[in-house]
Amino acid sequence: MTDTLPAPEHAPAAEADALRRMLRDMLVIRRFEEKAAEAYAHGKIGGFCHLYIGQEAVAVGAMAALRKDDYVLTSYREHGQALARGVSARAVMAELYGKATGSSGGKGGSMHIFDAATNFLGGHAIVGGHIPLVTGVAFAIKYREGDQVALGFFGEAAVNNGAFHEALNMAAVWRLPAIYICENNRYGMGTALERASAIYDVAQRACSYDMPAEVVDGMDVLAVRDAVARAVKRGRERYVPTLLEIRTYRFMGHSMSDPIHGHYRTKDEVEQAKAKDPIHTFADRLKADGMLDDDRWQTMEAEVADEVDDAVRFADESPDPAPEALTSDVYRDGSS
Amino acid sequence: MTVLSYRDALNQALKEEMARDPGVFLMGEEVGVYQGAYKVSRGLLEEFGPMRIVDTPITELGFAGVGVGAAMAGLRPVIEFMTWNFALLAIDQIVNSAAKMLYMSGGQVAIPIVFRGPGGAALQLGAQHSQSFEAWYANVPGLKVVTPATPADAKGLLKSAIRDNNPVIFIEGEMMYNQKGEVPEGEHLVPLGVAEVKRAGTDVTLVGHSKMVAVALKAAEELEKQGISAEVVDPRTLRPLDLPTIVASVRKTNRCVVVEEGWPFAGIGSAVVDGIQRDAFDDLDAPVLRVSGADVPMPYNRQLEKLAKPDAAKVVAAARRVLYLD
Repeated sequence: MTDTLPAPEHAPAAEADALRRMLRDMLVIRRFEEKAAEAYAHGKIGGFCHLYIGQEAVAVGAMAALRKDDYVLTSYREHGQALARGVSARAVMAELYGKATGSSGGKGGSMHIFDAATNFLGGHAIVGGHIPLVTGVAFAIKYREGDQVALGFFGEAAVNNGAFHEALNMAAVWRLPAIYICENNRYGMGTALERASAIYDVAQRACSYDMPAEVVDGMDVLAVRDAVARAVKRGRERYVPTLLEIRTYRFMGHSMSDPIHGHYRTKDEVEQAKAKDPIHTFADRLKADGMLDDDRWQTMEAEVADEVDDAVRFADESPDPAPEALTSDVYRDGSS
Repeated sequence: MTVLSYRDALNQALKEEMARDPGVFLMGEEVGVYQGAYKVSRGLLEEFGPMRIVDTPITELGFAGVGVGAAMAGLRPVIEFMTWNFALLAIDQIVNSAAKMLYMSGGQVAIPIVFRGPGGAALQLGAQHSQSFEAWYANVPGLKVVTPATPADAKGLLKSAIRDNNPVIFIEGEMMYNQKGEVPEGEHLVPLGVAEVKRAGTDVTLVGHSKMVAVALKAAEELEKQGISAEVVDPRTLRPLDLPTIVASVRKTNRCVVVEEGWPFAGIGSAVVDGIQRDAFDDLDAPVLRVSGADVPMPYNRQLEKLAKPDAAKVVAAARRVLYLD
């Protein structure tokens, strides 16, 4: 598993810092989601709440390959992507709590996190419905002759949806700088991919659009980063879209109301996936390569715990939106 | 004033707004090389090029979503549906993406976009091609719904819709594209949300939008021959609805008939009547009546289709009933 890491004596300090940063970002997501589960159990978070535990390497690896002016859109399992993109743990937790200080002012909730400052354009909760939006953002980039990319995340269940096909076809016909990341965690809620899809390899779908595609190990944050970086290069330099099938696994249930394994998968299967935990395996790699020692790891764990505790405290203490918020933001005043 | 067809008035509006704002573009099926299924975009590809006049595959859901995504990134798309019948495939993007984005992002992401194309029945196109959906869209907070009835309104309202910072549902009429009328020269903007009295009268108010304005005007002419003075009010925009103008008319005439081409149940007329009974209850001398399309899928047969559509005779009959003449 250490073959893609540079030997420590050749690793520039900046690269070591970047790798430790990625580890830390994954850890923030893990601890954040654990706290979100606790808060949900205590009734502090309502509605649907889909946790990202197990999939951290996908968001963190992908964001590491992006620039600040690129765009990110995603589905409803998006706390991790928002955090990895740089939305503060405070703003995300406060949104889950429905507070005025949340990233969407408490009006979006767990499934609708937006942050215009980081070009994080949501949190969308109709399966597949946001994939055409990714194509549209990429269209706008090319329209302005820009060199950003539009990156969209969705689950493997979305690829059987017409929106996926329509959106990828247009991106290919028009050569748009879009990156479609299918986070294949094997289950659309409780339906295994092979029970819903005529072909198992999602990446093969790209053949229909004559689009570059890769299958990526989603438990390996560097493999994700490198594959996304290749897609980014194609998008930025040549306006070529890419489909990445990133194979990952969700360690928790589909949502908070779903048991960890349930009827659709076995406890053994979940345990086997956990043995490839993206955070622990990456920490071990950094340790083996001399970029991380136990002291640093413990310090990191303590800092992350503090950051997440602070987010929970902030969310808890923040005010609810004022009643007037009910009717604001339905329409935007004015005209061009 | 120049005389223009409804089609050319729309074409002018598009051309002027695209020249004014480089972020405005038109996307849809057959808008470019073919010059528009109804020729509304005639000449625009040659003038603005393929990046701004964009032919799409037949993918209403897909290109409606592309439009919303482009608006999220700051452009001002005009999305043409060949007809609103096909837009049912895109209604998820219109309702779940366009209408709600500003709200669920806490005011961060506005969607300045126009979805436009012909709605309502033409002639003998059958059940799937003869439908009026304005009531569906008018039900959704976050959308504005505009239904121009004349070439002047078509131009002025489309220009305002393109400049508006919100998603606007702009429903034209397939049977109206050839209709001619005077259009003011130069910059001509009609504000959204403002009704217009299309004909003044004193005995009964006829409220109708889109093609039903012509039907109401024709009914008013017939009523005049019978010694009845009808006022015709065109809301022009259905959401937001200019209720004060309608109510002011009803306060004057004390009687009202609401005409629409769509189905009756939970139709536009329901919202209009609701407003009138609330704001003009003491002014009414008769219950408000509604004339609508029949509560059936549109039949193909010419005679049955005629029975299904509102026409001047039906409006005259309703007006006579609210005047207790029949």
